[in-house]
Amino acid sequence: MAEPAIPAMTPVNLITGFLGSGKTTLLKRLLADPALHDTAVLINEFGEVGLDHHLLERLDDTMVLLQSGCLCCTIRGDLADALRDLLSKRERGLVPPFRRVVIESTGLADPFPVLSTLKSDPVLRHHFKAATVITTLDAVNGIRQLETYGESVRQAAIADVIVLTKTDIAEESDVLRLTEDVRRFNPDAPIVAASETLGADRLLNGPARETAGGFYCEPVPDGNALSQHASSIQSFVMTIDTTIDWTAFGIWMTMLLNRHGDRILRVKGILNVEGEAFPVAIHGVQYLVHVPVHMTSWPSADRRSRIVFIVDGIEPALIERSFVAFNGLGVSSPAARQVEEA
Amino acid sequence: MCSLCGILGGNEHWADAVARPGAYTRNVERIDRRRERAGRVRIANRVLSAFGLSLTDWQGSSYLLSTRTGKTEIVEDLGHLWPAAERLSGRALDPLDPPFLERMEAYHG
Repeated sequence: MAEPAIPAMTPVNLITGFLGSGKTTLLKRLLADPALHDTAVLINEFGEVGLDHHLLERLDDTMVLLQSGCLCCTIRGDLADALRDLLSKRERGLVPPFRRVVIESTGLADPFPVLSTLKSDPVLRHHFKAATVITTLDAVNGIRQLETYGESVRQAAIADVIVLTKTDIAEESDVLRLTEDVRRFNPDAPIVAASETLGADRLLNGPARETAGGFYCEPVPDGNALSQHASSIQSFVMTIDTTIDWTAFGIWMTMLLNRHGDRILRVKGILNVEGEAFPVAIHGVQYLVHVPVHMTSWPSADRRSRIVFIVDGIEPALIERSFVAFNGLGVSSPAARQVEEA
Repeated sequence: MCSLCGILGGNEHWADAVARPGAYTRNVERIDRRRERAGRVRIANRVLSAFGLSLTDWQGSSYLLSTRTGKTEIVEDLGHLWPAAERLSGRALDPLDPPFLERMEAYHG
């Protein structure tokens, strides 16, 4: 009997968003899509009463309830166990052969540990890969949440796709302001309204971080502080005129993230690596950097390296100075080539 | 395990991904891979010396991180290097620390 092929690396999507921002509603909608019939769902409950759990209609054998509190410190092990358990059951044929996992995280969690669990667990990293992170943002309360709760900003900053919920009951001016706020610390994630027809495929599979398409490196607008509460979070673009020594870059970036990973919400860049004809794209979230991607062409005539940083309370000039100091240690330096400007 | 270069298992840290074709693939371009590791050790030592630490390659598969008194740890990749270095040296290794940066900048004028 022909069975659908199970992917070598099962994609894992994360749905995150603040309390009451509509994660479960979104999940419910997505799971109604026939394309997702072979999806295993993990729900992380907050508190003793699993409200979210009861709201979900689709509960089957592949659902595992993570029992307690916040993912940050206590649940990581549980998450790893839950995924290992799913994997084991799938191999033994005890659960339907799922081809995707969707995790709904608690509204109060920094979503990062979910991604780090996938990358660092010695078993999971060979079987699961992080797919898109979808963040729901409440159009009515979102502005206030971003101003008040650091978790909310982190959830939005980490997102590959942002879904604005409750736009039907929000003031249009609020929606606009919220969109502007979000753009300051997540310059490139598509923002879609939940009221639109949401293609499950678009949310769960794209935009692929492996492709160069739509790589964002527009100048960040001035005055990019959020509000007085969240003003420490800002994004900036570091433009580098010389080629980059990959070895020195690896040492620099790992050292930087080791010490400041909790305050570097995202790093995304296109690098002109010495000795390479085409650019290398890097993409990191806090302490974690995804496997760099060799691009097959330059997106524009500009051959300079550009790295977008979204940082919390770190002086951009210091990061730049540090980069230059380290790049100077590379094999190709000090004769690092100047690259042409557009 | 490759009996010639002593590699057991693979390294999956992002910084070990291919920067140049072959540089970090285990089965081809062994010399390139070794050269890349040697370059990494050299650069890392410039940084680590500021904290009284040194790094050496171990069998082309791991690194040995040591203090001046000989306290040594095996580290697998760059991801493990910095936490181990902070543990061994007993302080925070901050690449944004201005006095440290001045020292780095002095290397290349």
